[in-house]
Amino acid sequence: MAKTKQKKYDKTFRFCTRLHLRILTGLKAHNIQEFLGLLKKVPGSAIYFHTHHHLQQHEYLSPEPPNDFAHWITSSLGDPALGERLASIDTIEHSTIRSLRNNIIKTIEEYIKENKATKDRFTSPNRAFHFIKCVSFVIPTPYVAKDLRSFLGILNKITADSLYFHLFEARLRLNKGGNDFSWWLESSLLEGDLAEKVKALDPYTYTMEKLRMKIIGLVKERIKK
Amino acid sequence: MTRLERYEEVVGKNKIEELKLIAKYLKGKTIQHINSTAKGGGVAEILQRILPLLQELGINAQWDVIKGRQDFYDVTKSFHNALHGKKVKITKKMYETFDEVSCDNIEHMNLYGDIMFIHDPQPIELIKRKKDLKNSKWIWRCHVDVSQPDKKVWGFLERSMNQYDAAIFSSAQFSHSMKTKQVLICPSIDPFSDKNREVTQKEIDTVLNKYKIDPGAKPIICQISRYDALKDPVGVIKAYKLVKKYIDCQLLLVGNRAADDPETDKIYKQVKEAAGNDPDVHALLVEDIPYEINVFARVSSVIVQKSIREGFALTVSEALWKGKPVVASAVGGIPLQITHKYGGLLCHSIEGCAFAIKQLLNAPEYAKKLGENGKEHVRQNFLLTRHLREYMLLFLSLYSKEDVVSL
Repeated sequence: MAKTKQKKYDKTFRFCTRLHLRILTGLKAHNIQEFLGLLKKVPGSAIYFHTHHHLQQHEYLSPEPPNDFAHWITSSLGDPALGERLASIDTIEHSTIRSLRNNIIKTIEEYIKENKATKDRFTSPNRAFHFIKCVSFVIPTPYVAKDLRSFLGILNKITADSLYFHLFEARLRLNKGGNDFSWWLESSLLEGDLAEKVKALDPYTYTMEKLRMKIIGLVKERIKK
Repeated sequence: MTRLERYEEVVGKNKIEELKLIAKYLKGKTIQHINSTAKGGGVAEILQRILPLLQELGINAQWDVIKGRQDFYDVTKSFHNALHGKKVKITKKMYETFDEVSCDNIEHMNLYGDIMFIHDPQPIELIKRKKDLKNSKWIWRCHVDVSQPDKKVWGFLERSMNQYDAAIFSSAQFSHSMKTKQVLICPSIDPFSDKNREVTQKEIDTVLNKYKIDPGAKPIICQISRYDALKDPVGVIKAYKLVKKYIDCQLLLVGNRAADDPETDKIYKQVKEAAGNDPDVHALLVEDIPYEINVFARVSSVIVQKSIREGFALTVSEALWKGKPVVASAVGGIPLQITHKYGGLLCHSIEGCAFAIKQLLNAPEYAKKLGENGKEHVRQNFLLTRHLREYMLLFLSLYSKEDVVSL
C-alpha cells in the first residue's frame, strides 16, 4: 500500500493499481457437501476471487452478475433458492474475508437443514465448481493527488483496476474499514463530510465506470461550494 | 506509431501505461520461449504476435524451436489426441522415441533464459536442464484441453510437469491436483490480425461476390468452424430449420479443410445431406483465408457456435469482437466468454439454440445490446494486451510466494 510508504507528514495521495493473476487450486466440487467442505478450507484469496472478480471482469455491466458461488448453485446444481440467498449476501457488511466466508457457510448450512433434498443434487464432471484463488500485485502509479482539484483530475485518468484497488481491495482484503479515498479525504484534507459521502457509497451496486462518475460528481459538488 | 501505441486506440492509454509499469520490474530478464514449430498452428501464431510487444516493453523475449523427426511428431500427435481424451494406443516404443528425441534436444539445445517458457508436451523434458541454469525459473504452457486426458499419457508427462515452477492452463476445467503451481491464463485474439481487423467495403463486396452471398436478401445465421462432428454443423442446420418455420433467414456454414483431419469430407457430406435442396443454406468448404472469415462474420445477423465439446473456442471472442450477437453452447471455455443474457446467449440443445436465435432475430435492439456488451467483455478480457499482462504478472509471481505482492 502506497499510503503506508508515504512520509509521516506527507499529505499527498499516491494512486496505486492492483492486478490479479488467477491460480488454479485443482480443488473442485460436484455436490453441496464437497462444496461446503472446500469452502471451509480454501485460502481466503479464493473466497475473495469468487465474490469479487465479476465486479472487475464485467465492469461495464449493470446490474453486475452474482458471485460465482450463487451462479454455480443456481445454474449447475439447480437450486435457485439457495443461489438467491447467496447472491443477496450483503458483501459490504463484511469488513474481512473471514466474516464473509463464515456468512456464506452459515447460509448454506442453514439452508441444507431446511431443505434436505439439496444434499442429493450433483453436477456432471464438466460442470463441477473449480476453486480459483488469486495473487494480487499492488503497483504504484505515477499519479499523486495533493488537493481536491488534482484528485479530481486523476480520477478521470486512472484505470478501473486502480479505482477497484482503492475502493474494494483496501476495504475488504486488507482488513480496513471505509476505503482509501474516504480515509485520505478525512485525515489529510480534513474533508469529513465528503469522506462520509464517499464511505457511504455501496460499491457493489454500481458498475466501475458509474462508481467513478459518482465519486467525481461528489468531488465536483464539494469544489463548487 | 509503435505497435503498443496502436493498441492504445483499442484498449485505452491507461491499459498500455499499466503494461509499461509492470514491465519496469522485468527489465533485464531474458525469457526464452521454446516450442516445436516456427510456423503454423496457434502456438506459433501467438508467439509471433506477443514477442515483439514484450521486446518493445524492454523485455528480452526470445524464441527457439526444438529439433524433431517424423516418428517423434507422430508420437506427439498421438499424445495430443490422448490428452484430448481420445482412445489412442501408445506403445512402449513410442514412449522410447519421445525420450530419445527429448534427450537429443536436452543435450544440444542452447538454453539461456532467466525464465524458460516451454510450450506443450513436445519440449517438456527440457526441464531436465533446470539444474544447469542457476536461478532459472521454468514455466510449462499447456495449450491442450486436458479436462479428461488419457491417464497413462498424463502420468508420463506429469513427471516432468511437477518439476516446473508453474504450469499454465486455458480453463479451470483443465486443472488437476498436482504439485506445481497452476495458473489460469486464457488465450486471446489480436484486434489487428486479418481475422479481426476492420474490413473495407471493397473487401466485403469481393468476398460476397466470390461466394454469391447476399446479406441484404435475408438475415444470415452463421457458424464458422471446421467440419468436425464436435462442432455439430448438422445440429446447426436442424436449429436453422426450426427458426426458418417462423423467420425467413439464410444459413451460412463456413469451414476449412484441416490437413490433419481425415473426417472433414465425411462430416461435410453429412452437412450437404442435412441441407438438402434448401437454396438458403450455404455450406462453404473454404481455404483458410483470414480476411474472408472476417467478412463472413461481419455480414451475419447472428453467429452460432453450437459445439458439443470445445477447448476454448476463440471463434466466440472473434465474433463478439465484431459486435455480433452470439448463440453458443455452454461448453469448454465458452461460458468464460459469454455471460448468459448479458454478452450473448448460451444454449444446451438444438431446440435451445433455435429458440435463442429466434429471440435475437425478433428483437434486434436486444441483439444489438448483447453484441455491444460482448464486445466490451472481449475488450476487457480476451485481447492480446490482457494476455501479455498476465504473462508478465506470472513472470513476477515466480519470484514471490505471497498472495499479495507489493511492488
